[in-house]
Amino acid sequence: MYRKQILKKFNPALDNILYILHDLQDNNPEHYLAKEDIRVCADYLGVPYSYVHSVASFYTMFSLKPRGRYIIRLCDSPPCHLMGSQSLLDYLKKELKVNVGETTRDKVFTLELTSCLGACGVAPAMMINEEMFGNLTPAAVDAILEKRRKEL
Amino acid sequence: MIKAKINNVDVGVPEGTTILWAARKANFTIPTLCSHPDLVPGGQCGICVVEIEGIPGLKRACMTPLGEGWRVHTHTARLLEIRRQLVELILSYHDTDCLTCIKNQNCELQTLAATLGINTVEWRGFEEKLPIDRSSVSIVRDPNKCILCGRCTQVCANVQTVNALAVNHRGSDTVITAAFDAGLGNSVCINCGQCVVHCPVGALYENSHIERVWDAIHDPEKFVVVQEAPAVRVMLGEEFGMEPGTLVTGKMYAALRRIGFDAVFDTNFSADLTIIEEGTELVSRLKTGKNLPLITSCSPGWIKFMETFFHDMIPHMSTAKSPQQMFGALAKTYFAEQRDIAPEKIVSVSIMPCTAKKFECQRPEMRASGFQDVDFVLTTREIGRMLREAGIDLNEMPDEKADNLLGEYTGAATIFGTTGGVMEAALRSAYFLVTGRELEGIDITPVRGLKGIKEAEVDIDGLKVKVAVAHSGSQARKLMEKVEYQLRKEGKSEYDFIEVMACPGGCVGGGGQSWGSNMAKRARRGESLYAEDRSLPYRRSHENPSIKALYEKFLGRPNSERSHKLLHTRYYKRSTVDGNIIAE
Repeated sequence: MYRKQILKKFNPALDNILYILHDLQDNNPEHYLAKEDIRVCADYLGVPYSYVHSVASFYTMFSLKPRGRYIIRLCDSPPCHLMGSQSLLDYLKKELKVNVGETTRDKVFTLELTSCLGACGVAPAMMINEEMFGNLTPAAVDAILEKRRKEL
Repeated sequence: MIKAKINNVDVGVPEGTTILWAARKANFTIPTLCSHPDLVPGGQCGICVVEIEGIPGLKRACMTPLGEGWRVHTHTARLLEIRRQLVELILSYHDTDCLTCIKNQNCELQTLAATLGINTVEWRGFEEKLPIDRSSVSIVRDPNKCILCGRCTQVCANVQTVNALAVNHRGSDTVITAAFDAGLGNSVCINCGQCVVHCPVGALYENSHIERVWDAIHDPEKFVVVQEAPAVRVMLGEEFGMEPGTLVTGKMYAALRRIGFDAVFDTNFSADLTIIEEGTELVSRLKTGKNLPLITSCSPGWIKFMETFFHDMIPHMSTAKSPQQMFGALAKTYFAEQRDIAPEKIVSVSIMPCTAKKFECQRPEMRASGFQDVDFVLTTREIGRMLREAGIDLNEMPDEKADNLLGEYTGAATIFGTTGGVMEAALRSAYFLVTGRELEGIDITPVRGLKGIKEAEVDIDGLKVKVAVAHSGSQARKLMEKVEYQLRKEGKSEYDFIEVMACPGGCVGGGGQSWGSNMAKRARRGESLYAEDRSLPYRRSHENPSIKALYEKFLGRPNSERSHKLLHTRYYKRSTVDGNIIAE
């Protein structure tokens, strides 16, 4: 039902496909585009189901697999790289016991990489959902993850 | 008229002609992997690049119209090196097990690599093999062979408007699949096989029944009967180097007998039967005015297309089964009874220009005889392979006749193989069924030819019958949208009878035709069918003596209870997401 409300916000024009997909993904409890999301978008815009899937699969900001409650996006761009993002990535993988693109078994965290977040002054940086974090160290990451776990 | 020089040879071509075609006129073949005479060039592969004096950079010959006064060079040392590198890059991630590949000796990539003199591949890309998609009963897709040329997606989206296949993901992860990697068998794919026909490499091919047919032939307990679709007789010759459209009916019967089929029949027989059943249906609907237009149901690709995208038209569909399935139902009942053979011993094989027939034969409702009516379906390519395996050259075969009971046919049946044929055959008999007289001027030419949608009006004793014929998914969609609109708006459509074939050109352009086919070849095959029609003693389905005998001995009359049980079927609503049945 909530999907109908989302679609109503947009004109059924193909130009709106990315906005609609973003909105559907943001409102999906598992933060991804499910088959049903692709289907309602295709029907609304009058385009083939496979076409919408093709678009969604092209862009890295769309996920076609269920994701956790918190999506960690660690910056992978050169400034962060120089400031040690690689070792942070190794640390996150070890702590969360997941690889990039995977979700923890308790469905709390999903680990992803992102290109530059525009926060090079505080590199290495990452985002969790809509929130920014900079000057990261393993200890800082621990504290951030711990806080999120307590919020559950 | 554009005048230019290609490799210093003067050429004059109409404005808008691409460099690729202009060069062919000057007898230079520019190699290409993605362009195809029946498709819009997309410029994916880049093999066809050329140099133009005074214009910086390289231009793709397939997409660049020749300009006035241009001096084009197509085979310079630099271009040859670039083409070699491009092909080497494709080969670096291509699964090059050519000897065991279905396309061995028919592969455009293999030919190109040989033409360009590639003898080593410097690089090796990903060694990881992707799983082969065997989810479809008709079509196998091997992503390891795919070169991402985009012909299959173009034909699926633009020519057929099915959109089962699409380009998914990006960069080195790009793969052509059904949405969510569900597999073609769990998609809206209508099994038409146009992707198979257009694929330049071995990434798409039919799900083969060859081994199972050999097993049946070699099993002394089994009685193996075979039927061949109308279009196969003008197509099979190409598998043996004959000109496109060569009619090989007699040679085909002889070859099939020699490889061990116990009875050689003909789908054309049941095509005549389809006309009687469908024609009777048409006449009764014309009389009552209910559920008009009547729409033909011979093409299993069209059936799944209609069930998926136009299931509101189900009441308009003829309930008559396709000739393949009518034959199947009769082989294990009428033939078994007449010849006193236990139906469970009969293995029913059909040879079709079609991949969707493999889907049709396994539909659960196609078991009217109490068994699966048609056990195995071979494409024209598969029977070509089997004959070669058996050491038979079709060129050397004598002309033989089909076996009695299910083998005799009329000219009306043979034109089923081309677009407009079913319509013409049905009108020839419908006229007789309504008036009791024969239609004068038996050739109904407005429904012939390769125009997308053809219309005609036939006067049956003062009753004006308006008919339309569409071939290919895109044309069928256009016509159905019009009909749906008229039905919604005015409660009735301007048409009384509609023929739809899923493939461009009809069955002569089916997904089971020889590799390397194009519209020009399809047209020649169609012309041959009309030529055979003219040469036959009977040209109207209701004149077929074997059909008359069948009704006298077994079925009673057209649309009788027994006909309905054996020869008629039903349709389902299907999902536009995965093609599965969603409602009865």
